[in-house]
Amino acid sequence: MQKAEKMQALRVFAEEIRVETLKTIGALGFGHVGGSMSIVDAMAVLYGEVMKIDPKNPRWEGRDWCVLSKGHAGPCAYATLGLKGFYDLELTRTLNKPGTNFPSHTDRTKTPGVDLTTGSLGQGMSTATGAALGHKIDKRDNRVYVFIGDGEADEGQVWEAAQFAAHHKLDNLVCFADVNKMQLDGPTDAVMGHGKGIGAKFDAFGWNVIDVADGNDVEQIYDAVMAAQEVKGQPTAIILNTKKGYGATFAEPSGAHSSQPSAEQWEEAIAAAEARLAAVKAQ
Amino acid sequence: MSFTLIGKHEKDKRNCRDGYVDAMLELMEADPTVVHVDCDLMNCINTGKLQKAFPDRTINAGIAEANAMGVAAGLTATGKKAWIHSFGCFSSRRAFDQAFMSAAYAKLGVKVLGSDPGVCAAFNGGTHMPFEDMALYMSVPNSIVIDPVDYVQVNALTKKLTAVEERLSYMRMIRKGFTTVYADGSDFEIGKGVTLKESAEDAATVIASGIMVDEALKAYEALEAEGIKIRVIDMFTWKPIDEELIIKAAKETGAIVTAENHNCTCGLGSAVARVLATNCPTPQEFVGVHDEFGQVGPEAYLREAYKLTADEIIANVKKVIAKK
Repeated sequence: MQKAEKMQALRVFAEEIRVETLKTIGALGFGHVGGSMSIVDAMAVLYGEVMKIDPKNPRWEGRDWCVLSKGHAGPCAYATLGLKGFYDLELTRTLNKPGTNFPSHTDRTKTPGVDLTTGSLGQGMSTATGAALGHKIDKRDNRVYVFIGDGEADEGQVWEAAQFAAHHKLDNLVCFADVNKMQLDGPTDAVMGHGKGIGAKFDAFGWNVIDVADGNDVEQIYDAVMAAQEVKGQPTAIILNTKKGYGATFAEPSGAHSSQPSAEQWEEAIAAAEARLAAVKAQ
Repeated sequence: MSFTLIGKHEKDKRNCRDGYVDAMLELMEADPTVVHVDCDLMNCINTGKLQKAFPDRTINAGIAEANAMGVAAGLTATGKKAWIHSFGCFSSRRAFDQAFMSAAYAKLGVKVLGSDPGVCAAFNGGTHMPFEDMALYMSVPNSIVIDPVDYVQVNALTKKLTAVEERLSYMRMIRKGFTTVYADGSDFEIGKGVTLKESAEDAATVIASGIMVDEALKAYEALEAEGIKIRVIDMFTWKPIDEELIIKAAKETGAIVTAENHNCTCGLGSAVARVLATNCPTPQEFVGVHDEFGQVGPEAYLREAYKLTADEIIANVKKVIAKK
């Protein structure tokens, strides 16, 4: 397949994930829309083109791993994995309901395709690092992709893991930093700044750093991941400059961390996302 | 379970840490999935031997315990049997959220080793003296929590715990040589206490673990000289606790004294009290640290300061018998 066709397929996949993410959270009526929507395009690239996976055998030994250290973006993962056939998409509509296998934060013991349990911020960065080291010990070529939020980067554990991954030369590890510039209490710069920037921090910790100007553009993300795979002896941080709530009509303007819109706003948002999907398909 | 009691109150010529390292050398040789993660304390427990023999599977995470715990969980997710070591204070307090969520909640059976339990932290002082490490790990659902005493017990339990899957476990470890309780070849079962002294005339039972086992044996001898027979149980597994053995001892002797190198408001004593209260209410006295912080000093001084002694056990045995 030519690259242009691949990118078109990824754009369509991303819009499908957006629609399903909104429907997943919308079934309950409230949830972490903002941080779920900002990483949609990177998830589309990973699951649509890059990662080795087997939806019928979620724990396949040869698979690549994806860890949402920003575990509250679970609904985006549930939509993505459902679209890839890990389970019936309708199951995701049980999100956060009693007895569900789709909890707000990702849980490896509950949801097929979820590789590690996250929720307490910063921890997925370390467990993903441990998994990358495990693959190295076994001399397997599995890759590990981990997502952190820019708010999450306040956690010291992120940087403990960063120094460990660089020290152990884990070139099978890629960290996506979802720089959507908002956290729960407001703009990231206002709540807790990152000095010279998250990318500069990773650079200082000895990582290869790739800045993606538009973190909601599948082609820019794809190119960054391909470049990361060429780097030996160093983990790679891909800085995604994203929009929080991107593609959710009620969430994007405010960049809210979590949302509880009205039924009408949900209908409007899902209709708008479906219209975007149709428009992208028509391209 | 089969054991031979030595119990002569003589110092073991081997360090307890060698019990761990010797077991790990065997385990790592036999099983390529066994790994050890350390936090810049390899020279304290001689895990340099593991690094020399198995450099790919002996990982120094530096002074960053929270990350080290997460790394151990991630390694476990890829099929490794991962041990992680730091001093007891740090492998519990410092990395507790990670042990709880990344490991236990995720059903990743990380094996945590905490050295220098309680007063054994001695010259590192109150900052390093965990009287709460066992309590923290006991609060984690489905966890296994162990306080062993000597080389032989550490060696045997290292092997037993390595085989446990999905459940988080925490084992304390006295770093240096300690009084030998068990002869080589003794074997132990997780969750089963060891009855070291028992007779039909027992007037009370002392339930102890770790450094308090030998004190309990000294108390046994002193009380026997006075004509008082007691039962002595080494309850090295605090969780899951051996309810059956506690109930049997309570019914047969009618009085219990617990003895622990830990805060007794949230440790062995309280675990035993719960069993007694819900099954067979029985008078109990608590030897242990009574809700205090640690402090610096030689171990012998600290044992006196916190009354972790045979004399304190003897006094409490007499006190509890009077309550029968």
